[in-house]
Amino acid sequence: MSKISLNNLSHSYLDQQNNDQDWALRDIDLEWSNGGAYALLGPSGCGKTTLLNIISGLLRPTKGEVFFDEKKITHLSPVERNIAQIFQFPVIYDTMTVFDNLAFPLRNRGFSEDKIKARVKEIAEMLDLSQTLYNRASGLTADGKQKISLGRGLVRSDVNVIMFDEPLTVIDPHLKWILKSKLKELHQEINRTMIYVTHDQTEALTFADQVVVMHEGQLVQKGTPVELFEKPKHTFVGHFIGSPGMNILSCELINGKANFSGAAIEIENKPISHKTYSKTQIGIRPEFVSFSNTGIAVKVLKVNDAGRHKIIDIECDGGKLKMISSVATTIPSGTAYVKFNSKYTYVYGDDWIVGK
Amino acid sequence: MSLELKNVKKKIGTETHIYSTDLKFEKNTINILLGSTLSGKTTLMQIMAGLDKPTSGEIWFNEKNVTGVSVQKRNVSMVYQQFINYPNFTVFENIASPLKIVSISSNEIKNRVGKVAELLKLTDMFNKKPHELSGGQKQRTALARALVKDSGLILLDEPLANLDFKLREELREELPRLFENRDCIVVYATTEPMDALLIGGNTATLHEGKIIQYGKTVDVYNKPKNVISAKVFNDPPINTTKVIKKDKTFSIENNSISWQCQSNLGALADGHYTIGIRPHSITPYKQTENSVQIKGKVLIAELSGSESIIHFQSGNIKWVSLSTGIHPLKVGAEAELHMDVNQFLYFDKNNKLINHV
Repeated sequence: MSKISLNNLSHSYLDQQNNDQDWALRDIDLEWSNGGAYALLGPSGCGKTTLLNIISGLLRPTKGEVFFDEKKITHLSPVERNIAQIFQFPVIYDTMTVFDNLAFPLRNRGFSEDKIKARVKEIAEMLDLSQTLYNRASGLTADGKQKISLGRGLVRSDVNVIMFDEPLTVIDPHLKWILKSKLKELHQEINRTMIYVTHDQTEALTFADQVVVMHEGQLVQKGTPVELFEKPKHTFVGHFIGSPGMNILSCELINGKANFSGAAIEIENKPISHKTYSKTQIGIRPEFVSFSNTGIAVKVLKVNDAGRHKIIDIECDGGKLKMISSVATTIPSGTAYVKFNSKYTYVYGDDWIVGK
Repeated sequence: MSLELKNVKKKIGTETHIYSTDLKFEKNTINILLGSTLSGKTTLMQIMAGLDKPTSGEIWFNEKNVTGVSVQKRNVSMVYQQFINYPNFTVFENIASPLKIVSISSNEIKNRVGKVAELLKLTDMFNKKPHELSGGQKQRTALARALVKDSGLILLDEPLANLDFKLREELREELPRLFENRDCIVVYATTEPMDALLIGGNTATLHEGKIIQYGKTVDVYNKPKNVISAKVFNDPPINTTKVIKKDKTFSIENNSISWQCQSNLGALADGHYTIGIRPHSITPYKQTENSVQIKGKVLIAELSGSESIIHFQSGNIKWVSLSTGIHPLKVGAEAELHMDVNQFLYFDKNNKLINHV
């Protein structure tokens, strides 16, 4: 078990780098403490797999170092790093029994059969595999097989970190939540550092205490699920997390005040900055926009009844935005006014949050 | 213009895939076939397209019996879940391909391809090959090809299923607009209730080869005819439980939860009923004064980004709650949640909705 630190890590698949686009990863600084549940979240092409491969040792970074605790391991091979990895698709031996599959990583390391038996039974119990322990793996469903893969990753108690690479891809949607809760429970029980890589925000936020969001090779925010929802530090996080995502519209920043759609917008998180930006934007989630008697004048374009709430398209001088209201909300006719909840309104300068 | 299925059945061997189905879709409508995998959506679509023949029954298009007329002789477009394009053709050639078969002047082709490409934001991609496109762009190209030939019937079989979450959101929003001002009937198959709600139009709920209910999408959602229709149209699944009514009080069987009967249900005979509680009617916060508390052990809190889905156990039943915002409850914790009594759906002994409003 170890703390994992990434120091000033950059990686490029090219021999020469001329601009930002040539880097698959740029200036990653990150620390994951021992025993935590972490997720690496981002769309395809964001660099998350590159980062995973650097941690597991399949890839040597162009710049920067990887540490397990205080030990520099950048140059170590995957085997020497002593990690467990679980992949998208089950990696198991079909001809072996479930028991032998789970015992395999332990037998390889020469544990005694007594110890192996005790440990395998313990893991099988956690994953509800005890009933089928002596069945052949080939007869199992895709979920059953993926559970064995998970079990093989979890069975060794001496690994530095357990990494999951999109582990629920093959799981039937109706069973996904059950495996999600299993993983969460397992983390609580065995208390080891776990890193979960995915493009699926629900999986990342459900599993992890801390989520790292990646975008175009950069780390754009590290935070709890609540922080990512309530205070996105980068416009990408606002857009990517949540459905529909954050409204992000051009605004003017004058003397620490945001002017949007012809009005000064009240913002608790004061956007005081002495920098100049090539673009400034205001960000507000649809959940925090509501109808009001005064405020920003808007025209209602469309009302979607999404069953549990209404998603309303509105337009003001500053542009088009979405708001979410309860089903009971009456939609004003003619010109309506909306207000933004000042606690959750932010200003972004060149896509990064401005102010404290 | 209309598409009508009259007493259509489909059997394969001794197994019934589609039970007797009567459906009528009108001109300029979007019709959603909503149901889980293997509920019969694809089979129905293939019968509508003429790719498959019904075992019995008839298909009428524009007041003409087209049963047995092959797909080539019908004016039909289809888009699948997999992104199907010609790998060696450019985006332009892919979109133009259905027009090359019928004889149309190259100027007219340019004109029509240009129009649909603009609608689908593909104009900048004309010279690219499919392998250079993102998943979303590939599916846009397939959609453009379906739209370019002015078919009277456009069939979309889970077209968004293989897209990333965000692309799915984006394309779903654009879809209804694509069909505006177009003389056609659109049929859209999906497993996702949210697709149906946001696309709107009409919805048919399907279950094990049977059409359960057909009507305006909001009506089917708000007033599910029976428990099955309510289950098909709710994700996360609707909570159902047995209740007992005695005098003016309802109580959940094997649980201590009870509430006062609303005035409009007062006339109901005492006895056993089933209630449906949608996940969003159970929340960690109170939504109305008229709510009852439910306590349970948290199985997991799934956090979707802007909503929380809390699975919990109360009595011997597993429940699902859906709430706005992020509520990271711990696995194994005891939770207190609130159910909005005004939102309960009541079903009789035959699982039929009791219309009380």
